[in-house]
Amino acid sequence: MAVEYWRWKEYNWHDENLDWRGASTITAGVDVGSVSSQAAIMVDGRLYSFSNMRTGSSSPDSASKAMDWALENTGMKLEDVHYVVGTGYGRVNVPFSNRAITEIACHARGGNFMYGPTVRTILDMGGQDCKAIQCDEKGKVVSFLMNDKCAAGTGRGMEVFADLLSVSIEEVGEMSLDVPQEPPPVSSTCVVFAKSEASGLLREGWPKNKVLAAYCSAMAHRVVTLLERVGVVEDFAVTGGIAKNIGVVKRLEDELKIKALKPKYDTQIAGALGAALFARALVEKERRKR
Amino acid sequence: MITAGIDMGAKNIKVVLLQDGKVLAKSLVRGGFDTRESAEQCFREALNQAGIKEEDVSVVVSSGAGRKDAPYQKGTITEVSAASKAVLHLHPSARTVIDVGAEEGRAIRCDENGKVIDFAINEKCAAGAGAFTESMARALEVELEEFGALSLQSSADIPMNAQCAVFAESEVVSLVHAGTSKQDIARAVHDAIASRIVSLVRKVGFTPDVVLIGGVSNNVGFVDALNRGLETRVTVAEDPDYMVALGAALEAQALAGNA
Repeated sequence: MAVEYWRWKEYNWHDENLDWRGASTITAGVDVGSVSSQAAIMVDGRLYSFSNMRTGSSSPDSASKAMDWALENTGMKLEDVHYVVGTGYGRVNVPFSNRAITEIACHARGGNFMYGPTVRTILDMGGQDCKAIQCDEKGKVVSFLMNDKCAAGTGRGMEVFADLLSVSIEEVGEMSLDVPQEPPPVSSTCVVFAKSEASGLLREGWPKNKVLAAYCSAMAHRVVTLLERVGVVEDFAVTGGIAKNIGVVKRLEDELKIKALKPKYDTQIAGALGAALFARALVEKERRKR
Repeated sequence: MITAGIDMGAKNIKVVLLQDGKVLAKSLVRGGFDTRESAEQCFREALNQAGIKEEDVSVVVSSGAGRKDAPYQKGTITEVSAASKAVLHLHPSARTVIDVGAEEGRAIRCDENGKVIDFAINEKCAAGAGAFTESMARALEVELEEFGALSLQSSADIPMNAQCAVFAESEVVSLVHAGTSKQDIARAVHDAIASRIVSLVRKVGFTPDVVLIGGVSNNVGFVDALNRGLETRVTVAEDPDYMVALGAALEAQALAGNA
């Protein structure tokens, strides 16, 4: 059976110590991205469960699957959820959602919940785009910049590289830090060209760790240029799949000379979490009207 | 007097042997692990073709991405200058040259002497070069040589949202899952790469006659898409892969003449 190095683990989780029955407000956020999808369920302002999986070729199916997975083994059904907000590139395709909200807003809101009210700059490195967001203490967006045209600095770029080097994507970060000396970054920002460059380096005898270091370095630099255009105000935090890659995060911190806040939640659920929080605010607003 | 031009391209190495302005021989070798060795092999093949020996060649000039590493060279010339020289040599009425290779796309405006007036290059992004069609052909499981012709079988106008070759590959997979025909997808891909080249050309502005060179010119689908994008008919040079090597050989001739 061929090993798919780019394939990261899909999983779900729920808080077994939280009894949702009798809760006042149960909301969900579903983030359907071009590469991955997440669903997050919040019970009275606490994260109760979430799922993280690869988006398939059909957005509505992905949304339903993500939601079913977040509900798995909880005894909760979709009908028990008071309000669902969809977000992400496939947000209009979440058939059971009450509302769609843009991913920028959801990421800022989710980042504020995950990292606390001191966070002011959030870098989301997603599957096919990179967002630099400045927000206030409530998680409201102040300004942002997005790169969704180019694979450099995105998860897809990293997947391509992991595949090329036959390294499991989850190990890329650690391996890239295991070098005696930091090599120069690959010269090309384009993933396709960086691939050719990497093949050449391997043929020259560079060990895999060194090639990974060169690529992570180039990726970090690419992302820093995006961040600097928006301006980095502390506290700084990272979300998205690549936030789990310490090879990129550490190099980012070194170049910015700023330390990123340490995550206490899975960094890939920021969008879904933010959506669930918006859902909660909307439910409470509706109730106040009555 | 015989001169030679070596084009150390990103994918293929080309050699042209020139005698008094006429092409004696030309050869192409896929650049391998050791590009210098591949270039030497290519050079030997050209010599064999012409039935001459290494000593018979007076001056060698190199061009291409790896020109400084070329064996035998006594001088180098940029691809932009080489392209203009070669095209004007064969097409005296040309005033705009479009060169699309494996990893670079170039648009060049030149005067009647082949002197470069203005140019624009895309070397940062694979979506404006041959690497794009290659990876798309792979994604569709179609031979590169048949990819162009396949696109001509379509008349649909499906836009490709992705501007990046890596994203386009995912987009192609989604289109395949959605049941879009290979012909329609092929056409969308060719339109996408052509549009990158069209924006390059618009940067320098184009003046007729427009001549197209570079390996990607062999792709009939690309030529068709380019014509539609520019709303004109470009002239595809004969043996488009060899034009930069020819330009280098012409430069070698000029150097030898001045020596």
